[in-house]
Formats: sequence, structure tokens, C-alpha cells
Amino acid sequence: MWLATLLMALRALRRNVLRSALTTLGIVIGVASVIAMVTLGQSATASVRKSISSLGTNMLIIMPGSDRRGPVSSSATAFKMDDLHALRQELGESTSLAPTTNKSILFVYGNNNYSTTVQGSSNDFFRVRNYKVSRGREFSDTELSGGTPVCVLGETVRRKVFGAQDPLGAVARAGKLACTVIGLLEAKGQSSFGMDQDDLVIMPLAAVQRRLVGNSDINAIYLTVERESALNRTKLQVQALLRERRHIQPGQNDDFAVQDTREIANALGSVTGVLTALLGAVAGVSLLVGGIGIMNIMLVSVTERTREIGTRLAIGALANEVLLQFLVEAVLLCVLGGAIGIGLGLLGSWAAARVLTMPFAVDYTVVFIAFVFSGVIGILFGYVPARRAARLNPIEALRHE
Amino acid sequence: MSSKSPEKQGLPPLIELSNLVKSYGQGDAEVRALGGVNLRINAGEFVAVIGASGSGKSTCMNVIGCLDRPTSGSFRFLGVEVTALDNNALALLRRHYLGFVFQGFNLLSRTSALENVELPLVYRRIPAKERRRRALLALQQVGLEDRVQHMPSELSGGQQQRVAIARAIVSEPSLLLADEPTGNLDSARKGEIVRLLGDFSRTRGITVVIVTHESDVARWARRIIQFEDGLVSRDEPNTPTES
Repeated sequence: MWLATLLMALRALRRNVLRSALTTLGIVIGVASVIAMVTLGQSATASVRKSISSLGTNMLIIMPGSDRRGPVSSSATAFKMDDLHALRQELGESTSLAPTTNKSILFVYGNNNYSTTVQGSSNDFFRVRNYKVSRGREFSDTELSGGTPVCVLGETVRRKVFGAQDPLGAVARAGKLACTVIGLLEAKGQSSFGMDQDDLVIMPLAAVQRRLVGNSDINAIYLTVERESALNRTKLQVQALLRERRHIQPGQNDDFAVQDTREIANALGSVTGVLTALLGAVAGVSLLVGGIGIMNIMLVSVTERTREIGTRLAIGALANEVLLQFLVEAVLLCVLGGAIGIGLGLLGSWAAARVLTMPFAVDYTVVFIAFVFSGVIGILFGYVPARRAARLNPIEALRHE
Repeated sequence: MSSKSPEKQGLPPLIELSNLVKSYGQGDAEVRALGGVNLRINAGEFVAVIGASGSGKSTCMNVIGCLDRPTSGSFRFLGVEVTALDNNALALLRRHYLGFVFQGFNLLSRTSALENVELPLVYRRIPAKERRRRALLALQQVGLEDRVQHMPSELSGGQQQRVAIARAIVSEPSLLLADEPTGNLDSARKGEIVRLLGDFSRTRGITVVIVTHESDVARWARRIIQFEDGLVSRDEPNTPTES
């Protein structure tokens, strides 16, 4: 009987292909948007995590400011060179420490200029942040200690300012400071959430502090440990040391933040997770609207087919069989729409992920849930019209014009 | 025909109505559509039910067709009291013992003649192959073997009614109820349809009851029952006449 009912429903849908297609369009769009939104959201989450880990592995970022997840508060006391030396003493040789001070500047050479960020740091910066010098060299000890205005260029800066010219040895201007290009970084590519990791100029810390910023502040300290297992212990050590050095009483909050990359990934992941849920919910509403569309058309269909229902009842169909027939029609419409919607949604999010250069992460649970949900919508919104059909009085139904 | 009288074989009559009352509304607004009808129809009869509109003939046919329940009185179908049955039992009774032909044909639109005829067999859970075989046979018997894949909209009125008759006889019912089967047809087709019904009654032993208000349709029947004001006013045998 189930097969016969299914065939009967298919036949009924085929009798009016255009209407069936338009009716199910709501479900198609609803399911497609749910799938696309959730899939894109999860792709975004995955890409955020990936790009965070590409900042460096086993890395801690130490910044002044109490808000662990917000931007650096300017009122918090910056670190000084003494803090760095103390950390180096405490943590030993196996940890790499890269103090940084940065400043936005206009980088000028000849007629070209480009607005970028200059990072003042030591040679440890290259190791800690996974940058490689592809041509030229890193800083010499005298350059580092003397604050000589020399610079290593990121690929983006080189391309924008020098184009086809060879930048090595050229004297360019970083803001008001003339500096000699001594090295070029290997391109690291764009991080997937829009950060161009090659858009920077690296100079010795002392040069930036003295000649560009005019103080001896350190804005952030990047730190890597050799083994991931040491990360938590190192983090505690850093916190204890800095609390002591910054005279923070027990019970008081830190006025600095020690973040590890996993933590940032989780924080951003939870943001994108919330976004995913929100987008999914909005898309879910459209699925609901699609369901109401199904109910509307099924009600019209029941009215329109009143005589058919009367005929079926007269021929010997049970009320339950009529109910089942219309319910199966509604569910079939929704499930077909759901299947098409899943296809379109996956295709759409795959295309979007390609355009946005994000990894394409399909969550099959979501696909499955969307499919089942479209069937459930068919039952929910198909039930009222189907019950109306089943409750028709055969005599009146037969007489219906 | 009469040699095979069911009463002589000890079978109950196919239809037995006694003191059947059907009323609508309540209290002062009560309208009696049937005021105590007594009627007996045996298996194999070919009956025409006539009467003006409002005479109660349609109400009576709805009860006999197991589509409606009387307010009081008794309706026995093959000896079984039908008034006591619930809706599902009535539906099953219709499914297994009744065939309907309607004035408006009531074929499923955009559904081929063959599929329309198969429909009662679907509800009787007949396997697809057997269903097809029987439906083709029924269409052949109404002379539409070359129209099986046509949609109702591609058929003339007379052809559509013949598809409807094929649908009614395909399940080999005990009783075929035809409600104004010729109402939508021109006079040339009327005789054709009524003769077809008469043939099924004679050759297959199917009891055929035609409800009509046209006397030239009724004269094909072997028995004419006339309704008036909710009661049977005339009930006599008839010798079919050729026109």
C-alpha cells in the first residue's frame, strides 16, 4: 500500500509539474540557504582556525591591557626591555622571544609609496612568526643594538613600491626615516580572513623605538616554546613573572594578557560559531516560510480536488488512505525540495568558499538534519490539508463544483 | 433472469429497506427527505429510480450507496444491517460490493483512462500486473480498447462515461449505482450508455440501479421505481422498449 500511495502521490505531483515545482521552491530555497549558511559558517570557522595557527605554532602572545580578547588598551603600561630580559632569564634558552613595537607608516621609494606597518623586532621575529628571508639577510648584531635604519620587506610592500626594480641595497623612506633594504621575505600569502601577512616592513627594534616612535615601549612579545606540552607551563610562568614585575596584588586582575594561538582560535571560532547559528536560524525561518507555502498550496489543492476526493471515497478509499495520500504528497514535495536544496546549497557554498579562498567544510550532520527537517515540515504543514481532505463528506465532495 | 431468483436459493435480497427515514435539521426546522421507505431489490435486477428533484430519490440512493446513514429505519445489504456500521466499514463495503457512475463522470483529470479504471483495484490491493489486465479487459468491454492511454480531456462525453462505467465494473461489484449517468450527454449517447449498463446487468448478473429524471432513459429498465415526497409512489416491472 505504501508503494501504491507513493506512486499515486508522484502521479498527482506530475499532473501539475509547474505548480509542484513552484510550491517546493520555498523548501528548496529554505534548505539551500540553511545548508549554505551553515556550511559557509563552518568553512569560515575552519579557515579562522587555520589562519590563526599559521601565525606560528606553540606561540604565546603577551600584550599589555587587561581585556584578554579585545584590542590592546592604550592606557595599560607597555613592556620595557627589562621585562624581556627577565622573561629570557626565567624561561631559558629553549624559548624564543621576539619583542615588537609597531607603527603605521608610509613607505616611499622613488615615485611610489605604500601605507604599511613597520614591525620593530629582533631576528627571533623571523623564527617565531614563521617568516623566511628569501633574498638578502637578517639583521646583524650591530644593527640590532645600534638601531641602524635597515629593513626587511614583505612581498606585498616590495611589489607595491619597487615593482620590477631590485630593492636590495636601495635606500627608501619609512615615514620620515631613510632606511636601507637588506632583505626580502618569502611570500607567506594571504591569511584566509583577509589579513595580508606579507604587508609589513621589519626593522631592528631599537630603530623603530628611537627613530620612529620615540620611546622605549614594547607593544607585544611573541614567544614560542619547543614543545606544545610546555605551552601551559610557560604561560603560567610568564603570568607569575609579569604579575610580580608589574606589582599586581593577589586577587587583582592582570593588566596584561597572555594569549596562546589556540585560545585566539577558540575565541574567534566561537564568534563565527555564533554567526553560523544566527545565519542558520535566519535560513531556518525561510524554511518555515517554505513550509507555510506548502500548506497553502496543499489547501488549495484539496479544495480543487474535492470531487476527486469524493470519487476516491465513493470508490472505497478509507478516510485514512485519503489522509495518507495527501500527507505523502506534501512530504514528497518537501523531501524533493529538500534534496534539490541540499544540492544547491552545497554547490553554492562550495562556489562561495572557492571565491573567498576558504576551505570547503561539509558537515554531513547538518545535511542530514536539513533533509529530515524538510520531511518533518512536510508532515507538519501537510497534516492540516490532508485531514481536511480526509474529513470531507463524500456526498458533498461529489457534488462540489 | 427470474429463474435465478436469489430468494429461491435462500439468499437474502441484495437491498432491503424497511421504514427508512432520513431527516435534516431539528425541531421545527426538521425536513423529512425520506418518510419511511420500504423497498426490496434483488440481485441481478435492472432498476430505474425516477422522480422529480426533491422527491427523495437521491437521498435514498446515497443511503443505498453506503455514502449516507438514515436517521432511522433499517437498511440491510445482503442481509447485513448497514446502519450499524462505522465509516470505515461503509468504505470497505463500497470498495468490495459497489460501483458508482456519476452524472459528471468524475474521472481523475490528467490521468489516463487505464489508470482511472485501475483506481478501485489499487484500493483493493490488487497487484499491478493483475490490475492492468483487469482494467484493460473492462475497457475492452465498454469498447474503448483503442483509447486506454487517452486522458479524459481527449475523450468525448460518451467515451468518458464509458471509462467511468469500466471503472465501476472493473471490481466486479454486486451493485452498480448510476446517478443521472446520461445527464451530461446528448440523446444519441444516452441510449448507448443505458444499453451498456443493461448489458452488464443481463450478462454479468450485476444489479444496476439508475437514478434519472428522464423517462426515455427509464424505459430501458426492467423495473421502475418512482419517488414522490420522500416515499415510493410507484413500483412496477417494465418491459424494455427499443426506441
